[in-house]
Amino acid sequence: MASVTQAPVPARVVLNQADIDRALTRIAHEILESNKGSRDLVLLGIPRRGYPLAVRLAQKIAAADPDVDPAAIVGQLDVTMFRDDLSHQPTRPPYPTQLPLTGIDNKVVVLIDDVLYSGRTIRAALDAIIDLGRPRIVRLAVLIDRGHRELPIRADHVGKNLPTSSAEKVRVRLEETDSRDGEPINEVVIEAGA
Amino acid sequence: MVSNNGAYLIRGAAILDGAKEDLLIRDGFIVDRGVNINADGATVIEGDGLVALPGMVDVHTHLREPGREDAETVETGTRAAALGGFTAVHAMANSTPVADTAGVVEQVHSLGQTAGWVDVRPVGAVTVGLAGEQLAELGAMADSRAQVRMFSDDGLCVHDPVLMRRALEYVKAFDGVVAQHAQEPRLTEGAQMNEGDVSAVLGLAGWPAVAEESIIARDVLLTQHVGSRLHVCHVSTAGSVEIIRWAKARGINVTAEVTPHHLLLTDELVRSYDPVYKVNPPLRTDADVQALRAALADGTIDVVGTDHAPHPSEHKECEWAQAAMGMTGLETALSVVQQTMIETGLMSWSDFARVTSTAPAVIGRLADQGRPLETGEPANIILVDPAARWTVDPSAMATMGRNSPFAGRELPGKVVATFFKGHPTVLDGKLNTPYRAAAVQHPVQAAGPVSGL
Amino acid sequence: MRHLLSTEDLSLHNAKRILDTAEEMAAVGEREVKKLPALRGRTVVNLFFEDSTRTRISFEAAAKRLSADVINFAAKGSSVSKGESLKDTAQTLAAMGADAVVIRHWASGAPHRLAATDWIDAAVINAGDGTHEHPTQALLDAFTMRRHWAKLGGLPSTGADLKGMRVAIAGDVLHSRVARSNVWLLRTLGAQVTLVAPPTLLPIGVEQWPCSVSYDLDETLEKGVDAVMMLRVQGERMNASFFPSTREYSRRWGFDDNRLRTLDRIGLKDTIIMHPGPMNRGLEISAAAADSHRSTVLSQVRNGVSVRMAALYLLLSGETREPAANLSKESN
Repeated sequence: MASVTQAPVPARVVLNQADIDRALTRIAHEILESNKGSRDLVLLGIPRRGYPLAVRLAQKIAAADPDVDPAAIVGQLDVTMFRDDLSHQPTRPPYPTQLPLTGIDNKVVVLIDDVLYSGRTIRAALDAIIDLGRPRIVRLAVLIDRGHRELPIRADHVGKNLPTSSAEKVRVRLEETDSRDGEPINEVVIEAGA
Repeated sequence: MVSNNGAYLIRGAAILDGAKEDLLIRDGFIVDRGVNINADGATVIEGDGLVALPGMVDVHTHLREPGREDAETVETGTRAAALGGFTAVHAMANSTPVADTAGVVEQVHSLGQTAGWVDVRPVGAVTVGLAGEQLAELGAMADSRAQVRMFSDDGLCVHDPVLMRRALEYVKAFDGVVAQHAQEPRLTEGAQMNEGDVSAVLGLAGWPAVAEESIIARDVLLTQHVGSRLHVCHVSTAGSVEIIRWAKARGINVTAEVTPHHLLLTDELVRSYDPVYKVNPPLRTDADVQALRAALADGTIDVVGTDHAPHPSEHKECEWAQAAMGMTGLETALSVVQQTMIETGLMSWSDFARVTSTAPAVIGRLADQGRPLETGEPANIILVDPAARWTVDPSAMATMGRNSPFAGRELPGKVVATFFKGHPTVLDGKLNTPYRAAAVQHPVQAAGPVSGL
Repeated sequence: MRHLLSTEDLSLHNAKRILDTAEEMAAVGEREVKKLPALRGRTVVNLFFEDSTRTRISFEAAAKRLSADVINFAAKGSSVSKGESLKDTAQTLAAMGADAVVIRHWASGAPHRLAATDWIDAAVINAGDGTHEHPTQALLDAFTMRRHWAKLGGLPSTGADLKGMRVAIAGDVLHSRVARSNVWLLRTLGAQVTLVAPPTLLPIGVEQWPCSVSYDLDETLEKGVDAVMMLRVQGERMNASFFPSTREYSRRWGFDDNRLRTLDRIGLKDTIIMHPGPMNRGLEISAAAADSHRSTVLSQVRNGVSVRMAALYLLLSGETREPAANLSKESN
């Protein structure tokens, strides 16, 4: 998790606020296009930063389709308990899982996360979803795909493909979850590895 | 270190708090004391930096034999005693069988003689089987070869007031003393630790101070009434000190003992639930510790008794409530008393000799123990290095018990040498050889009636 | 947190962490699939030296919902008839690869012994030891109170504390591990606790505890109280003269129908009545009180599973054996 300070590590901004916004607008339209409309759509954000991205996407979808109530199609899906690295990381308290009132049975669920990397988080998310219901389709939308997959998983919608070395760190900072010097901040940076 | 003629010259040790002098020991006695004594073939022991003290006398030792040789034997317990600076110990009666007959006390006495590390003075049980119902044959034990003078049901209280009265009366016939383990049994049913702030939090059944104090109050009054002699074992509370002080002021013939652990440790240690801190009477509060120190310094409490109570490790490696009560103490007593009484400025080495040697010998009626370090006196002497510091390691001790509450602590003071009847049982801080009666010309003096305490 | 032994040394941070996690666990309990894979491959041993079917099945349900393997070990052994020693039992469990030991013991401090010795290197959870502590009971009580208190305040439970809440705990405090654990935890969470008991059933030293003490239940109710927790009283205490008769006890210190009416009379409509169970109906609590809408007895049971899931998850899911470095990429 990024704690935002005057970083001693060299950091390169790859997406600024406007870039992020443009990427989300494009993803929102892609989602509507591949779903042929907003019917049965449910956006599930993966904590922490997938959830605010899901909320933003829902708003963009609602902007494109006035029939959509953005609050009614967004949920949060916590995958902590389903991770395969629980015993290799410090203990993490779970985040709440909140589904839209409609549930997810027979819905088109779009999982939203900030960065796609090894694919293990998404694997956990797929398991978590199955314990909650049976969606008709599950798709994946991410802001950044940085490569280095360890599982046969790919994203349906990608904000930006970002070739990285595995030593580098990709930091997504969103105003809903991050700030710098008390100021909300929206950007994606690459930090050189140690 | 072997001497040719069995003589030893301690050169230049401080005699208690006094100046450095030499002590020449031969044939079981101090044959000369002074400066620049000619060694004359005696083995010389450099005493520079050391303090010479009379051998310590423990009024309260559990040697466990007969019956619990898995916990301690007379041999191992008296080795520990010699290393700890003792030249006499009183072996408590709660063996199996109980030391309530002449036969058992003679057996323990003779095991002590065979071992040869210290004088072993058996304590006789007050009641048959420690059952608190019927007087044991106190007279037979007094008249036996063990010449028992101290009687105690220690571990249990003689709580029946009539029985206690009779015991106090009866021992007058042979100048005996009843050593009472003061614990009102009904007030301490299931008791696990001192009753107070800590027991409230830990949820361990309390052992209230009043259970000790009420028995002491009763017993000093009984002692006054029948004109006998009472010794109070292991006094542990400030209230007990007040009662004993009051009794002494009234001229009641009562003596009292405190253990080294009650001079240093408090019930705060029980928070660990480590049964190494489980003991009877229990560790009390800091206020009690301070009162006990003051009482030992001002003479209200007469002696230090170790209540050395070794237990096999399985009796301590368990839940608190399941664990046996008791702590080892012979090999740490001197150091703990030095730390709590001498390094605090409450006592001098002369006071130390009084509470660890002179007074205990008088209480137990040991004529040749606790004597001054003078020419012509029996050579029961220890040499102590008060500047030494050591870390307590129970596994390195001579006692079979590993249950030292001081484990891991750094303590001051080390016994460098112990002379028992003129023979070095300990030299250079290590066990030497036991005393053998045949090697000495003079017969051991019999303990006779002594007036005073 | 390596073990959960007592609430006395449980920090506010850790207490809230357990309660907040329990909120998420409670959500799982409401789903169709009431199971999480979080502790797959882990072994939890319920080591019970004292019978307690309720506590054992609660821990068992908690462990199973987290996909742990559960071994129930009923080690009967009283102070009189010593069976296998705690040390040997612990070493046996260690050899069987136990990752956590949930221990219920009649001896105060037994869980501390397991945690402090090298007999076993597992997480130790105290499921009630003698008259010392019962931390998961206090946590489920606090969880129940917090849901109630946050709802009254119009706040979400998660992240909330119990500041300002007035809690009376009435009954046999002297012999109660539940009372002890609750006093410490409720203090940590900011509630004001009053212990109500006959003087014989309060420990010497209680005046040092962070709570007030009263001998008068009616007076305590009249002063205003948001939760009343009744403690189980064993009728046999009467034989040891802790009180003259069960009738006198329940008249003075039991939550009877009159006291239930008192709450209504003085307008305490939101006051809840709690009991850790099992109840002695008619002794410390009347049937009407136990079955009233104020009673939280069944929510307490339900919440017990969530709180125990949280405790097991937080103790068992962290880094355990090897450093994480070579095993995982940064977890994006």
